[in-house]
Amino acid sequence: MYFESFAAFLQMGTHGPFVWSAYGISALLVVTNMWLAYRRQRLVLNEIRRLTRRDQGGL
Amino acid sequence: MMVWKTLTRWYHQLGSPRYFYRFSEVLLPWLWPIALLTTAVGLVWGLAFAPEDYQQGNSYRIIFIHVPAAGGALLGYVAMGVAGLVNLVWRMKMAEVMIKAIAPFGAVLAAIALITGAIWGKPTWGTYWVWDARLTSMLIMLFLYLGVMALINAIPDPRQAGRAAGLLSVVGVINVVIVKYSVEWWQSLHQGSTIKLTGGSTMPPEMLTPLLISMLGIYLLFAVSVLWRARAELLWRERKSAWVKELV
Amino acid sequence: MSFTATMQRELLLAWRRPAEIINPLFFFVMVVALFPLGVSPRPELLATLAPGVVWVAALLAVLLSVDGLFRADHDSGALEQLLTAPQSLYVPVLAKLAAHWMLTGLPLVVMAPLLGYMLHLPEQAIGVLFIAVLLGTPTLVAIGAIGAALTVSLRSGGILLSLLVLPLYVPVLVFGAGVVSYAAKGLPVSGVLALLGAMMLASFTLAPAAVAAGLRISSGN
Repeated sequence: MYFESFAAFLQMGTHGPFVWSAYGISALLVVTNMWLAYRRQRLVLNEIRRLTRRDQGGL
Repeated sequence: MMVWKTLTRWYHQLGSPRYFYRFSEVLLPWLWPIALLTTAVGLVWGLAFAPEDYQQGNSYRIIFIHVPAAGGALLGYVAMGVAGLVNLVWRMKMAEVMIKAIAPFGAVLAAIALITGAIWGKPTWGTYWVWDARLTSMLIMLFLYLGVMALINAIPDPRQAGRAAGLLSVVGVINVVIVKYSVEWWQSLHQGSTIKLTGGSTMPPEMLTPLLISMLGIYLLFAVSVLWRARAELLWRERKSAWVKELV
Repeated sequence: MSFTATMQRELLLAWRRPAEIINPLFFFVMVVALFPLGVSPRPELLATLAPGVVWVAALLAVLLSVDGLFRADHDSGALEQLLTAPQSLYVPVLAKLAAHWMLTGLPLVVMAPLLGYMLHLPEQAIGVLFIAVLLGTPTLVAIGAIGAALTVSLRSGGILLSLLVLPLYVPVLVFGAGVVSYAAKGLPVSGVLALLGAMMLASFTLAPAAVAAGLRISSGN
């Protein structure tokens, strides 16, 4: 590790707030996007299953 | 000749929704952990192990997310343009699906590039926003993505939406090139900021290596998200076909 | 339909509804007039703002006028007839764009120097403003027409069109306003004007093909 301690790593000299907020926002956006993309295919699959069951059940 | 044959075979196989679905089914369980791991390695290396920049201090560490996001946004837009061209010329259905799958994460990456650039600007320029050539170009890039997404949302028919978005991104890609030159010229005209966030001096390898790794990681995450979205779109479009019925 | 036939038809239709020619011009003048009221009447401040203000107003005027470019033909079914005809759409679309520019772009070109003068633009820059608007507005019409073709069948038209088209207008705005600022500072302008001319030629030769493709997509065939 480049930094001497974990506290120094969090502090990043005087630039800690900038670096960590940039990374925090980016992580939030990327994770939300990936989760939405993953969930969408699950939802579509479930919806198609539901439609097929309804067609087969004749209800 | 062999290469060409292989390429055309891939084109036809991956152009078939059923084959594409199976292919992504095999690929994804490997691809997404690799993408996540690569991104994590690149970012942790950049944040904790790369040396400090002698001019900008630790704030330069934002580069490890800023540059991959900017690169991914640009690459995604060019990919949409290529898919749009393929769709215009050969009316390939998969190309329509891909355009719609690329747009959301592309827009997110453009937004990340802008936000991180602004945060990085504060310690470097003393203000969050400067009409710097690169940030301005990225802002236009975000607008272009938002235009494509607004068009997709406005058209109810999914095929028509994909084709329209494709045509718009073909026009947009030509535009992006001109925007880049025009904005650079514009900045030289108005004598904007002289400190550039990135570029200038060449990067030493201990900074460049983690940057390239996190770049690869973000691109792989992009690929994973595109595959997931394309699968959802494909399933829904082909929900009445035999292969989907067999699957569920 | 041939080039001249389409052109004649367009000009005749516009002659019967002159408001569609005059309204964009009024809009252009009014938007420019709002800036001294909103910012300040100080001549030196207005002179620096003038190139951008005139260009932004021209850009919005073209954008608003281009929104209805294919709508009447779409609603009357004339567009559908044109699309099912065996010949290429390139020539009729080109004629339509040229006619539209003559009807709505040209009045803006004529009015621009006057507005430049009212905003205290230095005299050597007013001629350049005229040439820049003359070379730039055809590009604006051509690019806007692509967006109009893609949104012609949608109810939400206007605001969506501006979201699609405004980012594509950035190069014209940057070079168009930039060259006027150049002229105001007494710098050479011929290179940038040539660039604006090249953009006009390129957009007018390529856009009809894109517009034709867009109209086919919108009509669903």
